[in-house]
Amino acid sequence: MLEFQILLPAILNGLATGAVYALVALGLTLIYGVLHIVNFAHGSLLMLALYGVYFLYTLLGIDPYLALPIVVPAMFALGYALQRAVIATASHGREENILLVTLGLSIIIDNFALYLWSADTRTINPSYAFSTVDFGGAFIAVPKVVSFVGALVVTGLLWLLIQRTDLGKAIRALARERQGAQLVGIDVDHIYAMSFGIGIACVGAAACLLLPSYYAHPGVGENFVVIAFTVVVLGGMGSFAGALVGGFVIGLTESLGGLFLGENLGKIGVFVIFIAILLFRPTGLFGQRA
Amino acid sequence: MKTPGLLAVAVLLALAPLPLLVHSDFWLHFAIMTLYFSLLGQAWNLLGGYGGQRSFGHAAFFGTGAYAAAVLQVDLGINPWACLVLAGAFGAAAGALVGALSFRYDLRGSYFALVTLAFAEVFRIVADSVPFTGAGVGFQIPLRQAAVNFQFHEKAGFYAVILALTALATALAWWIENSRFGAELVAVRENEDAARALGIDVNRTKLWAITLSGGLSGFAGSFYAQYFLYLDPRIAYGVEVSVTALLVPLIGGVGTVLGPLVGAVALRALNEVSGTITGGAPGLNLMLYGALLIVILAFLPDGLVSLGARLRRARPAGRLGHA
Repeated sequence: MLEFQILLPAILNGLATGAVYALVALGLTLIYGVLHIVNFAHGSLLMLALYGVYFLYTLLGIDPYLALPIVVPAMFALGYALQRAVIATASHGREENILLVTLGLSIIIDNFALYLWSADTRTINPSYAFSTVDFGGAFIAVPKVVSFVGALVVTGLLWLLIQRTDLGKAIRALARERQGAQLVGIDVDHIYAMSFGIGIACVGAAACLLLPSYYAHPGVGENFVVIAFTVVVLGGMGSFAGALVGGFVIGLTESLGGLFLGENLGKIGVFVIFIAILLFRPTGLFGQRA
Repeated sequence: MKTPGLLAVAVLLALAPLPLLVHSDFWLHFAIMTLYFSLLGQAWNLLGGYGGQRSFGHAAFFGTGAYAAAVLQVDLGINPWACLVLAGAFGAAAGALVGALSFRYDLRGSYFALVTLAFAEVFRIVADSVPFTGAGVGFQIPLRQAAVNFQFHEKAGFYAVILALTALATALAWWIENSRFGAELVAVRENEDAARALGIDVNRTKLWAITLSGGLSGFAGSFYAQYFLYLDPRIAYGVEVSVTALLVPLIGGVGTVLGPLVGAVALRALNEVSGTITGGAPGLNLMLYGALLIVILAFLPDGLVSLGARLRRARPAGRLGHA
């Protein structure tokens, strides 16, 4: 019974974190699925968005959840601009160079943050930060519950966007057949940048949901990029459902690993899954053979 | 392409008497760090340049060599020179391990880059958690300045060692350009399926390349440990080493003998200049690395060594038809 009382909160917290991981990974998997880009700067952009949310709260007093309509479009615009102005230009369309360009971007963003904002860990304390909800004896912090629900809602909206709109249709067409899409008049460069922008917008939404129970720090990107990649390769590169399931698996692994192995070694669990999946089943759980 | 190899040998030979001419510690340190960068860059270049297997995690091999050298000499009392050799062996073993796993399961391109990065991170977390590396506190090699301990009172001693190691790495690159093994490695880079169809054992070729590359990285790690006498998991397995290893040949010219040397000179020079301007503020150095990476890929994807050919091509007059 005591076991269960420790286990249940760990599981619920793991699921809540997992939902946000899934949201971050959805952005990554969308970018991969359409552009075939492994966006190494994904975590760094999340870190940047976390700082954005942090400063909106501390300087302007805007609640993280109410910051969604500001941060999401801003991150979308940043993603769109990055793809058109930097990534597409600097890589000359060579796939092996794209990874290096996004690696360069992530290094710039991470260290820019370190330079500007130093290595202090920054947290916020909105009034609801320490309120909890009772789930059959397990008390889960309100921000965790909100992030869980919010991440699922955003995921649903993203799914609708991809499945039910003309833009989504163009994105899906491009993901499947680039030349064919071009032939029927789809503006390839524009849709590529739109996809990248939407992927980064997901990161913006994740940052708003995450900050009340998390922190802003220049090293966040480094942590998250591996987590996001693990989720994506676990679920299968380019797979939506895979990213969702993968997110929950990784969230649970992390929270249970931390519980049983301690904070530091607990982190290894994610890497071990990452390496194991890459080695034994690089197509992931839901991916198709390339 | 035989001239660059000879040129590289000539350059390194010409550099040998440098400590007799230059007595400033600043410039000797600059020369040492440049050669150290080019050793690390050449290690990456053997695998990433000639073999086309671009690793993001050379720190895994570098750090293993560095820790092997440090721990074996301090805890087991092995002579540091023997530790240099052992560090190479440990680095090579780490390379072989990562290679055996990832090539066996046919990881290519981005997947290979990601898995090497993950290995480096796992090694870093392990080094952060186990007791014999000193964990997060770091690992100190006691100061015992004597040539027999691979610790020199004068910088000239370190200079001689790193020059010899870099010469070895350069010679390896030259050998690769002129040997059957190198031809097979380049064939694998250009088209794995075609190489396999020609009867090349693709996995074995890549495995040898990553083992050699890991060994040289191990040497670099051991040298770093002796020169600075301090290691912690971030130094040994951090992103900075992995990025330096790939940035040096990218700046100089990937898959060329001379590229890592040229790239190391350029990067160190830039480091010094930026360090003077910014006063070494945290993060700015790496920020510069990132910007440089993008700029090089955008404007000079074949590196600085291609600059000569570019300029020649740009000169229009008196050339016979040539695309």
